[in-house]
Amino acid sequence: MVAPAVVTILLVALFPLTWTVWESLHLHDLRMPWLGQPFVGLENYAEVLRDRRFWGAMGHTLWFAAASVSLELVLGCVLALAMNRTFRGRALVRASILIPWAIPTVVAALVWRFMFEGLEGWLTHDLRAWVPVILSDVWKTTPFVALLLLAGLQGIDPALYEAARIDGASPWRQFRYVTLPLLAPAIMVALIFRTLDAFRVFDLIYVLTGGGPGTATEPIALYTFNTLMHNLRFGYGSALSVLVFLVTFGLALGYIRLLGRGLTDVRS
Amino acid sequence: MRGRDRWATLVIVALVLGAAFPFYRAVAGSLTPEAQLFEGAPLWPSPPVLEHYRALFAEREFWLPIRNSLVVAGATTLFCVTIGSLCAYALARLRFRGKALLLGVILAVSMFPQIAIVSPLFLLLRSVRLIDTYPGLILPYLTFAMPLAVWLLVGYFRQLPAELEEAAMVDGAGRLRAFREVIVPLALPGLAATAILTFVYSWNEFLFALSFTLGPERQTVPVAIALFRGQYQVPWGQVLAAAIVATAPVAALVLVFQRRIVQGLTAGAVKG
Amino acid sequence: MASIRLEKVWKTYPNGHIAARGVDLTIADGEFMVLVGPSGCGKSTALRMIAGLETPSAGRVMIGDRDVTALPPQERDVAMVFQSYALYPHMTVRDNLAFGLRMRGAAPAAIAARVEGAARALGLESVLGRKPGQLSGGQRQRVALGRAIVREPLVFLFDEPLSNLDAKLRLETRAELARLHRRLAATMVYVTHDQEEALTLGSRVAVMREGQVEQVGPPLEVYRRPATVFVATFVGSPAMNLLPADVLAGQPPGGSPFGAAATLGVRPHDIAVVPAASGDLDALVDVVEPRGSELLVYLRLGRSGGGPEIRVITPPDLEIAPDDVVGLRFDRERLHVFERDTGQRLGS
Repeated sequence: MVAPAVVTILLVALFPLTWTVWESLHLHDLRMPWLGQPFVGLENYAEVLRDRRFWGAMGHTLWFAAASVSLELVLGCVLALAMNRTFRGRALVRASILIPWAIPTVVAALVWRFMFEGLEGWLTHDLRAWVPVILSDVWKTTPFVALLLLAGLQGIDPALYEAARIDGASPWRQFRYVTLPLLAPAIMVALIFRTLDAFRVFDLIYVLTGGGPGTATEPIALYTFNTLMHNLRFGYGSALSVLVFLVTFGLALGYIRLLGRGLTDVRS
Repeated sequence: MRGRDRWATLVIVALVLGAAFPFYRAVAGSLTPEAQLFEGAPLWPSPPVLEHYRALFAEREFWLPIRNSLVVAGATTLFCVTIGSLCAYALARLRFRGKALLLGVILAVSMFPQIAIVSPLFLLLRSVRLIDTYPGLILPYLTFAMPLAVWLLVGYFRQLPAELEEAAMVDGAGRLRAFREVIVPLALPGLAATAILTFVYSWNEFLFALSFTLGPERQTVPVAIALFRGQYQVPWGQVLAAAIVATAPVAALVLVFQRRIVQGLTAGAVKG
Repeated sequence: MASIRLEKVWKTYPNGHIAARGVDLTIADGEFMVLVGPSGCGKSTALRMIAGLETPSAGRVMIGDRDVTALPPQERDVAMVFQSYALYPHMTVRDNLAFGLRMRGAAPAAIAARVEGAARALGLESVLGRKPGQLSGGQRQRVALGRAIVREPLVFLFDEPLSNLDAKLRLETRAELARLHRRLAATMVYVTHDQEEALTLGSRVAVMREGQVEQVGPPLEVYRRPATVFVATFVGSPAMNLLPADVLAGQPPGGSPFGAAATLGVRPHDIAVVPAASGDLDALVDVVEPRGSELLVYLRLGRSGGGPEIRVITPPDLEIAPDDVVGLRFDRERLHVFERDTGQRLGS
């Protein structure tokens, strides 16, 4: 029963990835089939490193990830603490959390675009265009972050708070010395899941700003997509893909380093 | 309620209002006549019209993308739950070398950036003439849905005491029979949660659907909505009506199964 | 019914833990064998290898004349009662009882008859339609028992089946198990960490430690003639006192024939408290614990209490208080002497 699982995963995961790497070492332009598919070594990568649009897209992605994830974590933490306290209207609260998370990102992006198109000069301004982008991401995923943190909060033994109160700790100190350290694993999980997610942002920006105005809000996934599916430069696009993968992989590796023990131990 | 918890109530009220407001705008917008939308949408249309919904199905044939999404998400879910549950069961129960590593790989795969495999998948699907077909979407969907399903299901199977299937085996059931008669009925809530999550992810998927379809005949709901174009500008009334229609099935699923979904999400993440 | 034989059985887990180191054990047909030992001693692993839930890394498992080492559990015709009972939560009590028969393809009429019979014997008729979640702890335990009984298997296996019951119910069920064994005269293997359970239930007891069998024998023999220091301290409560054998040397009459290379064992019940200077040794009283029918007294050897600790059981009406200096007289017939380095019993 194990063999099919292993085979499937290897096939699904490693085969396309290897192909991407192979592709990235070739000149392959579907618009110019007469060029063939010559091997060019690392030339595509060299071009990427000189490519201003690539660096811009990388910067946009990092900025988007940092801004949205930090907002989501702080707000999510406040939300989780509040949800942990109130017992009224559980079903309503859960629905408010789950529906934004469950609807298609495309839909969320469209609704926010609709709301901001009515406002003059937001979607057409290089910097202000980020506001609807980040707001809509925060709107869609903060509740989900709160949900993860709430599960962490509910795992904390209430007796610890009673002990802390008997020891004379103020509410702030209870939060600082009991809640926060015990919530740290949940925070880390949320942080890294969200960072990885934010790093591959595509749908949201594709629909909301199309990467514009110009390329002012273009993230790396969108640039890669445009290179592949619009310009049909498969060799160069694959090199971009590989770099996206490497950065994500690095992040995920950090994740496993920080939490991996707990993660794999629980399951094995 | 104790006085010092008032802030919590305020936060919750803000959450509910904040979550609901965009939906309200979308619903209101979808009921507003096109002329009023041009002049900046009012907070509530007078009178509300169902014109956009009618146009959506009568003129735009919006049932096509809905059919496509149902087929693709449904088939993906079916594969993931059936094949995935066998894999997950093996991973949860059998002891073998390199299991921890394999689980790590599965987790990593479920977090793969999809953009990293778009180019080979496109070339592959093109070479076997699967671009713009149902299998041409279902197969790529399995790349992210299958690891997710396996990961979730491993968690569910682990929660079931091993003694139950041991008892079944001592009672004379083979491993597969024990799986079918004892494990599957008990894991049903977990299987349901996994099916719902897989379905929701597949229903919402955009990048693959955008890359591997060519026209309305096979486009899924998110792609169809994103590519809506009017003659002169975005037909907002219809777009919002479509958004509401696209949201309805996942919203309904989520509302009916909210407790299970919450368990699924947090089990997948917090407990690892 | 059948005998069971473990022949030089080893079990190494993938993580390197060795749970069985050449276990040799023969269980006679119709015997009630108790495997007892501290947690991690390999008793459950041994039981699971008999059940077929674990495969030995080396050695053979025989049930009757059949080598079952490589057979999966469903082909061994054994029944097992699990510590958690492992009742199928999604099935009614009736279906739980019937499951094993159904898996073996018994005819529905026969299944119904056997289930009714077992339910009657265990007083479960009124709950046959319920699910395990609606039962009390005691009822669940009986369902688990019933599930084994209806099968009429060659061998019954019990993995700490009483540990989830409260004290009173545990005593009742213990007696019931003894009755059941007498009635069925079946081969039963029973794992527990509770030495008292082992002594009361077993026709024979196998004391295990670190994957090996330390001693096998009838309960009284294991209690009276423990083969090693480990068995001596594990079996019996409160635990046997261990002293350097030379505490008695030079003491009249005779002293220890074994000298400093031996360890002396004496059970708390086998020491009498006498007036100071009139026994074998003097000791200072540290703590007195009344236990209803007796007193458990903790003392330190020597008039000033500077020696090793020793526990003594005395009649409940003895006048004794902390800081008293008393004499101790050892029952010479019931001294145990062990080689100090190996822990093996010396003499008889």
